[in-house]
Amino acid sequence: MKIIVCVKQVPDTEARIRIAPEGNAIVESDVNWIVSPYDEFAVEEALRIREAKGGEVVLVGLGPERGQAALRSGLAMGADSAVHLKDPLFDAADTAGIARALATAIRALAPFDLVFTGQQGVGGDNSQIPGLLAEMLDLPQVTMAVKVELEEGKALVNREVEGAHEVWETSLPAVVSAQKGLNEPRYASLKGIMAAKKKPIDVKDAAALGLQAADLAPRTKVVALELPPPRPPIRMIEGDADTQVKELLRLLHEEAKVI
Amino acid sequence: MAGIVTFAEQRDGKLRRASLEAVSEARRLADALGTTVGAVLIGSGVEGLADELAAHGADEVYVFDDAALSRYATEVWARAMAQVVGDAKPKAVLVPFTAMGKDLAPRLAAKVGAGLLSDVVGLAVKDGRLEARRPMYAGKAYATVRWEGDPQMATLRANVFALGARDAARKAEVVKGTVDTAARARATAIHATAEGKLELTEAQVIVSGGRGLKGPEHFHLVEELGGAFGAAVGASRAVVDAGWVDHQMQVGQTGKTVSPTLYVACGISGAIQHLAGMSTSKYIVAINKDADAPIFKVANYGIVGDVFEILPKLTAQAKAYFAAKG
Ligand SMILES: Cc1cc2nc3c(=O)[nH]c(=O)nc-3n(C[C@H](O)[C@H](O)[C@H](O)COP(=O)(O)OP(=O)(O)OC[C@H]3O[C@@H](n4cnc5c(N)ncnc54)[C@H](O)[C@@H]3O)c2cc1C
Ligand SMILES: Nc1ncnc2c1ncn2[C@@H]1O[C@H](COP(=O)(O)O)[C@@H](O)[C@H]1O
Repeated sequence: MKIIVCVKQVPDTEARIRIAPEGNAIVESDVNWIVSPYDEFAVEEALRIREAKGGEVVLVGLGPERGQAALRSGLAMGADSAVHLKDPLFDAADTAGIARALATAIRALAPFDLVFTGQQGVGGDNSQIPGLLAEMLDLPQVTMAVKVELEEGKALVNREVEGAHEVWETSLPAVVSAQKGLNEPRYASLKGIMAAKKKPIDVKDAAALGLQAADLAPRTKVVALELPPPRPPIRMIEGDADTQVKELLRLLHEEAKVI
Repeated sequence: MAGIVTFAEQRDGKLRRASLEAVSEARRLADALGTTVGAVLIGSGVEGLADELAAHGADEVYVFDDAALSRYATEVWARAMAQVVGDAKPKAVLVPFTAMGKDLAPRLAAKVGAGLLSDVVGLAVKDGRLEARRPMYAGKAYATVRWEGDPQMATLRANVFALGARDAARKAEVVKGTVDTAARARATAIHATAEGKLELTEAQVIVSGGRGLKGPEHFHLVEELGGAFGAAVGASRAVVDAGWVDHQMQVGQTGKTVSPTLYVACGISGAIQHLAGMSTSKYIVAINKDADAPIFKVANYGIVGDVFEILPKLTAQAKAYFAAKG
């Protein structure tokens, strides 16, 4: 089994967000960077499959220099090697450009059996890369997986949608995105962290992937980034419990007009 | 040839409310742009749903109706949508940001070479082009985004875009299509998990409970309050992780993103990851015994109090209120 896992570095979910002076990005220096939590489910699942069936787990991450830390984290969990896609040309890329670069890098790793991603890269919260990748690689996809079972040449994947639990069957290779509930990601051991320092990270730029600026031209552009509009000031409802409850219902009816 | 194409999601022959929201928004944008609205309906025995789409503003309904289309399959649906987009060459494509829409839209975008924006909460027409607004960083920032080239494609957060007035007299032209139904991945079994339960992402009112309820044996207080309001019931991750309730009920960054008209948070502290899933709710009520709990920073109405005292009283008074209202 050869399993590819896409790993994205994202701001810590607790990070305080400030808008950069250009007005269309955040101030990055404030931010503590982590592996996107869903990608940890993806790495964990790949490692469990390798442990059961043998094979190798290769991480692929696109991002600036700091992004290597996310790949090292995945290597420390137990992945075998990593490919780091790094080029100033990627900075302005949108999801389509990122998916194109990832797809190109993944194609060069063929033959493989599975490509795992997270169901969403937190921060950007796009939930796009798995579907984009699957189409670009001409592979089937099953998103938001909460269970993956491998059989000869195929996988059974459980996914949860609004009000239903579904079992999908897919041929391999396939792209599978990991949802919370898939597994409990392991913590890297000290030994794992030491070993990760010696594991290979293959750094590739756009030229090495055969990609030019035109291939990465963004189709969407952020023109402004703003802090959320302030919510109207809260109205605290005072009094004893009976009074509070009565007043709340009155406000919901007369002021908010929602009941 | 529709200028704006929407995906009309149906399951078991029922149109999702989010599909009608997408058609309604497409109608508003099409009127501003001076173009028409198409809706794509894919399934088995679904042609009859075209009238409902017309009533909400579709000028054309592209119907793919085939016994082999009884269950959603990504590759087939993307192929059908791509056929319509290829023929109609629309300026925009709108898809609900539901589990199905999330799965379908990126594959379609890659097929037709569209720029795709996810989880959009606002759309406007500027100089003949669309401009989108979407939350980022768990709602800690909002981005204004434009597209280069067409089609301008977006997935729309449920419950945010208003339903247009329903006009049963409106008729749409039905355009029938056929599609190759081969797929390498498909559902082999579907088990309903929320029989009779209101779906969180579609609910207009949500009552959620957190660790302030102290234990699973008390969660019925939240459920009863939900019942009184005719609400869907949600939960914080703390109580989902503790196994009190099913994880389908989790609201927040790693759970569901909801946007009801009214969200009542009971014994929930309001951690940033919880807020990420509900801060676009129109009205937020917080009931918490700690006056400094962060949930009060986003709430419209706050009650500092004990859930064990407040919830039963609120349930009783709400029941009386709704009974009197009839
Ligand atoms: C990567 C990541 C993702 C996460 N995703 C999510 C997510 O999707 N959704 C989510 O909810 N959380 C998520 N969390 C967890 C989040 O950080 C909080 O831990 C969680 O939301 C807390 O749940 P809570 O408010 O129920 O519990 P607590 O934070 O323990 O709050 C309980 C509240 O109840 C109040 N209380 C106690 N007793 C009473 C009483 N008798 N009457 C009234 N009030 C009372 C307390 O004052 C307190 O404010 C995530 C965390 C991480 C790190
Ligand atoms: N820059 C990136 N490098 C590697 N993987 C990525 C990158 N961006 C997205 N992904 C993968 O795609 C998943 C979904 O991300 P997104 O579509 O951005 O929400 C993530 O969980 C990652 O597995």
